[in-house]
Amino acid sequence: MNRFAALIDALLFMPSRNGKIRLLTDYFATTPDPERGWALAAITGDLSFSAAKPAAVRALVMERVDPALFGWSYDFVGDLAETVALIWPERPGTNRPPPPLSEVVDELDRAKRAEVPRLIEGWLDALDGTGRWALLKLITGGLRIGVSARLAKTALAEWGAANGAGCDVDAIEELWHGLKPPYTELFAWLSGAADRPTVSDTGGFRPLMLAHPLEEEDIRALDPTSYRAEWKWDGIRVQVVARTLGESRLYSRTGDEIGRAFPDIVGRLSFDAVLDGELLVGVPGDGGMHEVRPFNDLQQRLNRKQVTAKMAKDFPAFVRLYDILFDGAEDLRGLSFDARRARLEDWHARVRPAGMDLSPMVPFATWEELADIRAGTRENAIEGLMLKRGDSPYTAGRPKGPWFKWKRGPLTVDCVLMYAQRGHGKRSSYYSDYTFGAWTAEPAAGGELVPVGKAYFGFTDEELAQIDRWVRNHTTNRFGPVREVSPGLVFEVAFDSVHRSTRHKSGVAMRFPRISRIRWDKPAHEADLLATIERMVVA
Amino acid sequence: MTATPPKPESWVQPCPIDRDGGLWVEPGGFHVDPVRPVPRAVITHGHSDHARPGHAHVLATPGTLAIMRARLGDQAGAALQPQPYGAAIRVGEVTVTFVPAGHVLGSAQVVLEWRGSRVVVSGDYKRRPDPTCAAFEPVPCDAFITEATFGLPVFRHPPAEAEIAKLLHSRDLFPDRCHVVGVYALGKCQRVIALLRQAGYDRPIWLHGALIPICELYREHGVDLGELRPATGAAKEEMRGEIVLSTPSAIQDKWSRRLPDPVVAYASGWMRVKQRAKQRGVELPLIISDHADWDELTQTLLDVGAPEVWVTHGREEALVHWAQGRGYAARPLHLVGFEDEDV
Repeated sequence: MNRFAALIDALLFMPSRNGKIRLLTDYFATTPDPERGWALAAITGDLSFSAAKPAAVRALVMERVDPALFGWSYDFVGDLAETVALIWPERPGTNRPPPPLSEVVDELDRAKRAEVPRLIEGWLDALDGTGRWALLKLITGGLRIGVSARLAKTALAEWGAANGAGCDVDAIEELWHGLKPPYTELFAWLSGAADRPTVSDTGGFRPLMLAHPLEEEDIRALDPTSYRAEWKWDGIRVQVVARTLGESRLYSRTGDEIGRAFPDIVGRLSFDAVLDGELLVGVPGDGGMHEVRPFNDLQQRLNRKQVTAKMAKDFPAFVRLYDILFDGAEDLRGLSFDARRARLEDWHARVRPAGMDLSPMVPFATWEELADIRAGTRENAIEGLMLKRGDSPYTAGRPKGPWFKWKRGPLTVDCVLMYAQRGHGKRSSYYSDYTFGAWTAEPAAGGELVPVGKAYFGFTDEELAQIDRWVRNHTTNRFGPVREVSPGLVFEVAFDSVHRSTRHKSGVAMRFPRISRIRWDKPAHEADLLATIERMVVA
Repeated sequence: MTATPPKPESWVQPCPIDRDGGLWVEPGGFHVDPVRPVPRAVITHGHSDHARPGHAHVLATPGTLAIMRARLGDQAGAALQPQPYGAAIRVGEVTVTFVPAGHVLGSAQVVLEWRGSRVVVSGDYKRRPDPTCAAFEPVPCDAFITEATFGLPVFRHPPAEAEIAKLLHSRDLFPDRCHVVGVYALGKCQRVIALLRQAGYDRPIWLHGALIPICELYREHGVDLGELRPATGAAKEEMRGEIVLSTPSAIQDKWSRRLPDPVVAYASGWMRVKQRAKQRGVELPLIISDHADWDELTQTLLDVGAPEVWVTHGREEALVHWAQGRGYAARPLHLVGFEDEDV
């Protein structure tokens, strides 16, 4: 437990991604099984203890600490695990050695519910402050140390590659859901001591095939007859893994399981296939195609652990299909796109899956014609076009050439810098996150600035230094890491689309805002009006 | 025949800001740590929220007066009267004695005596050994006025030596990076240097310019800090692998860009709360404080044994609650003008 505690403590304070990977690979290299596997499961969120609840921990601490003192402390610290870890009165003379992580996992797994509080109490007495914090984070769920499951797997892959295991992160993703903590056979493979494990569970995630952005000038080098076009929908990319025997799952593009938030989709998967598509919100319309609602509606459904019936009714989710990877047990990924598309259309006509439709192909003869089609679409749910080579197999990762995404040209407006916030890590001495606003009316007619968005990229390091200097010289107010500035610096802000939003004072929310140009030359009062942005909202 | 001594609150009173703040000692005709300029001030220690400019007459320890002169110049006070620890002096009808508080150089508890009643104003204090200042001495009294900066049981500072060992270990791990440690200019800076020297670290220690004058002053008062060098103006490459001390506000600001790939550390009692350290962008939190932690605060109330406990600046409610639970007549003072910083 002490080693695990030291690891997550170091990860919490490590600002750089590479530094986090180094901490993880060092830990994997120097910690034995099964300890390292349980730690990995804790970090990736694959470990949970149903019998250990925050309420039980709170009850334990109340036996030893004055409730009023605990209350004030909790208010100050703001996190239950940390408050208990800090306030826990150590008993002098407690001579128990701190438990290894594997002992904690084993005993919690075996214990009856009523025995759990005494177990936790014994461990809290045996551990130091950081150890108590790690234990409580572990058993109450959610480490929140700034390490995603994906990053942990990336570190695993790097460690494996350094040991000559010949793996990459996609190979680990593909195995992941077929493996169980403490992942002994995975570590055996990655340490170079054994072959790649074989996985029988077919509910696993298959890493997605991704596209490169298409530059306007690249397109002339491509032969239009080799490529197929389809819409790029503005939802979230998902993989549907449906099994008639066994569990069906819905994965995000990074392999996180999101099915629990979408019972309206997972509950209707009564077939055997692995599909690639876009998760959207909308209701069935004419001809079986759904009418897509704006991304904002989908956002209501994201990042929720539970979904109410009302949620599912007000914001019904569906999947728009792009591709088929498995039909039953048959792996179609080696087939060409054209062959897979034919299989997908056949499959769809045969199975008629509820809550799904087919993303239509966009026929074209020349790039000019396709460019016109792309420019002509005003539908908000469309981000642009996808170009896929007709002969391309389904390959994990982002190979250059077979697939391109050709996004719609961005919209731009001129906005005024209102607030600047300090960045993180290497940017921590710079004001690098900008909140910008538009005028509610002409400033001469009494208009005021109202924030319309926030962006932290789109400029060079040199421009960052210039903006930083400007912010420091034009500060009118300070709120912790945030500075308010006088209206005087205009950014040309680019964004993909803009939506109505009740959560923002301005009533609008931008998708992917970024700084496209710094208009040092432009006076603030000539920046755009809020009404201009409102006109860009497509219902 | 002995008269009943006067009740403490009848002659020592907390002042709102429109009565100049701090504590008003009626029969002595002076304030302790007032916020606004007053005719007569008694000052516990040199931190800027206690030692403010513009008083006509100031009574303080020689160390505190030296700090006030260094920081405030002509504004330190029209007449400065030094009084060493342990010596009693009459001010009006009140006898005033300074007793070490263990907080920073020159820091004192103010022992006030009038007609058989004794009130002790702790100022800021800590109970742990500090090589740069005299150690706290408990004084039995009728009313003890205590600070409560870390007045919650989640604050238990680990031994400062262990925190310094963390810093030195990190330096071994990252020999090509510089370690920049945020420290308050008065007290924390010199204590961290002295602790590094105690741990056997004998390389030059580099300083932000704002830290240099008080380090010089400590040296003049006989505190050995070893070789110190200004970081401002030094070549970037020269500071690889070195330890640099800086004011907390500069560790992540423009000033720090001169440092080679710095590990950002911060020496403060607040670093005990991980999420606070994280929010501040600190990579290496060092829990080193010049204030008493929860155990020191409660132990001090037991040691002093005053039936009345007045609690000021910090998390008053928790310490008041604890003291009341043990039979003390405790109350919060709600003094204004003191900062919630670990200074």
